[in-house]
Amino acid sequence: MIAWTDHLIVAPIALPLASGAVMLMLGERRHVAKSAISILTTLLLLAVSLALVHSTSGTGLSSDTAPNARAYLIGDWPVPFGIVLVLDRLSALMLVLTAILGCTTLVYGFARWNRAGPRFHTLFLFQLMGLNGAFLTGDLFNLFVFFEVVLSASYGLLLHGSGTDRVRIGLHYVAINVATSLLFLIGVSLIYGVTGTLNMADLTAHIAAVPPGDLALLQSGAAILGLAFLVKAGMWPLGFWLPTAYSAATPPVAALFVILSKVGIYALLRTSLLFFGDEAGAAFHFADDVLLWGGMATIAFGTIGVLSSQTLSRLAGFCIVISSGTLLATVGTGNVTVLSGALFYLASSTLGISAFYLLIELVERGETERGSAPLTEPVFDDEYTGALEPDEGSEVGVVIPATIALLGGGFIFCSILLAGLPPLSGFIAKFAILDGLIGLQRITAPSTWVLIALIILSGVATLVAMTRAGIDLLWTPGEGAQTDLRLIEAAPVGILLALCLGLMIFAGPVVAYMEETARALHDRGAYRSAVTSAPRANSPKVSR
Amino acid sequence: MEAILALGIGVLTASGVWLILRPRTFQVIIGLSLISYAVNLFIYAMGRLRVDAPPVVGSGAADPAKFADPLPQALVLTAIVISFAMTALLLMILLTLRGLTDTDHVDGEEKAP
Repeated sequence: MIAWTDHLIVAPIALPLASGAVMLMLGERRHVAKSAISILTTLLLLAVSLALVHSTSGTGLSSDTAPNARAYLIGDWPVPFGIVLVLDRLSALMLVLTAILGCTTLVYGFARWNRAGPRFHTLFLFQLMGLNGAFLTGDLFNLFVFFEVVLSASYGLLLHGSGTDRVRIGLHYVAINVATSLLFLIGVSLIYGVTGTLNMADLTAHIAAVPPGDLALLQSGAAILGLAFLVKAGMWPLGFWLPTAYSAATPPVAALFVILSKVGIYALLRTSLLFFGDEAGAAFHFADDVLLWGGMATIAFGTIGVLSSQTLSRLAGFCIVISSGTLLATVGTGNVTVLSGALFYLASSTLGISAFYLLIELVERGETERGSAPLTEPVFDDEYTGALEPDEGSEVGVVIPATIALLGGGFIFCSILLAGLPPLSGFIAKFAILDGLIGLQRITAPSTWVLIALIILSGVATLVAMTRAGIDLLWTPGEGAQTDLRLIEAAPVGILLALCLGLMIFAGPVVAYMEETARALHDRGAYRSAVTSAPRANSPKVSR
Repeated sequence: MEAILALGIGVLTASGVWLILRPRTFQVIIGLSLISYAVNLFIYAMGRLRVDAPPVVGSGAADPAKFADPLPQALVLTAIVISFAMTALLLMILLTLRGLTDTDHVDGEEKAP
C-alpha cells in the first residue's frame, strides 16, 4: 500500500488534463468561468510542484537520507512492462519552472489575449500537461507521446490570434516539428530494436551489455533521437526556425514557449547522462564533443543574431538561442560542477527571457500608439532625431512618466539579467559556469577557453543590443502620454523579475540544490534502483 | 521479405524527402505522410519480422518464441493516430494559408521568376 502523497506525482499531468477537458464543455463566451478554472488549476499545479520539490530535497541535515528519485507506477504494472513516472530533483525543478511560467503568462493573457481566439485556456492547460508529462516520464515512448502533446498544443497556441504571418510561420513550424517527430520515432525504434526495452532505467542496464556488433546501430539510434531533441532546443544548424516562430506568437504564448526549448535540453540531459554515463561500456560519453562544439556554434550564432535583430521579439528569440547554446555546451563538458551552474543558469534565463517577452509588448505598444514606429518597421534607427528635438522646452521641468519609469526599470533589469552583469542572478549563473569550467582538469584544452570567451562575448553582445533598443524605445520622447499600464499586465512581469531577484538573494540555498541535482543526475544507480524498487499499490481499488 | 520491406521503406522515405523539399504546400504534406508511412513500417520491422505469429498470449503458460513482439505494434498504432491528427491539422493550416495569401507556395508568396 502506498501513501496518498505518492499519488501527487501524477497530479501535474492529471490536473490540467481534467480542467482542460472540462473547459471544452463550457461555451466560448464564458471567459470569467474559464479564467477562474484555469488560474485555479495553474495555482494548484504550482503548489503541487513545490510540494514535490520539497519531497525530493528533504529537509536540513537529513538530505542524505532523502530519496533522490521516486517512481510511480501507472496502472500498477511491474516496472519494465508498464508505464512509469519518475520524479527526481531535476524533474521537480522543471515542474516548478513550468508552473511559475504557467501562472504568470496566464495572468498576463487575461488582460486581452485570451479573447483573441477560441479555446485559449484549454490549449494552455494541455500545453502545461504535456510539459509536465515530458519532465516526469521515465519511458522513451511516453516521452514521444508527451512531446506530441506539447507540440500539438503549441501549434494551437502559436496560431492563436490568427493573421497571415502567424499562419504562414505556423505552417513552417508544424512542418518542421512533424518531420522532427518522425526522426524521434526512428531513433526510439532503433534503440528498441537493439536493446528490447524503452524504460529509461532499464535501458541503462541494457546499454552497458550491448554486443559490439550492435553498437553502431545503438549509437545511430541515439544520434537520431538526439537530433530530434536538438531541433527542439534550437542548436545551431537546426534552430533557424526558433526566433521566427517565437516572434510570431502572441506575447503570453511566446513567454510560455521559452520553456519549450528547455524541454529539448532536459530530454538531452536526461538521456545522455542516463544512457552514456561512466558505466555504459563502449558507448561511454557518446556525443559529448558534438554537444560541446555544437553548443559553442549556437552561442556564436545567437550572438550574431542578437546584434543583427531588427525587432525586439527577434532579439528575445536569439537570447533563447544563446541560452540553449550555453546549456548544450555545458552539458557537453560532462562535469558535475559545470552542470550545477548550468542548471542555475537554466532557471535564471528561463524566467528572465519570459519576463522580457511580456515586457516587449508593453514597451512596443506605447511605441506604436505614439505612432513613431509601427511594429513592422525596424525598431532601431541609427539616425533617430526624436531626442534632439529643440521644442522640448525647459529640460528642468521634464518629468519622466511613471509608466515609462516602470517599463524602463523593468527593461534595464532584464538587460542586466540576460547579459549576465553583476549583481543579478544572470551573473551568478554565468559565474558558476565559468568557475566550473576553470576548475576542469582539461583546462588546457582550447575548447574550454573558446567556450569561456563565447559566454562572455554573448553577454556583451546582449548588453549592446538591449541598450541600443532601450535608448531608442524608452528614452526617445514622443508626442502624447504613454498609454497607461494595467496592473494585470505589469504584475506578471514584476513577479518574474522578483523571482530572479529572489534567485540572487537566496543564491546560496539554490546553488546548493542545483549542486545536489547535478550530483544526483550522475548517480545512475540510485535512479535505476528507485525505478525498479517502486512501491506497488497491491490493492485493486487504487489501480486505474 | 526483409529485402522487400527494406526497399519499400527506402523508396517511401526517398520520395517523401524529395517532396518535403518542394515549394508547394500540398507536396510537403504528401511528403510528410509518405515519410510517416515509412517510419511506421520501420517501427514495425524493429520488432523483427514474423509471419503467422499472434502477438497476444492466451491464458496459461506460453512459449514466447512462438509469438510476435506486441510492443512495436502498439507503438505503430500510437504513431499512426498522432501522424493522422497532425496531417489533418497541417491540411487545415494549408487551406487557411491558401485563403489568406491566394497562393500555395510554402512561403505564402511566389518567388519572382
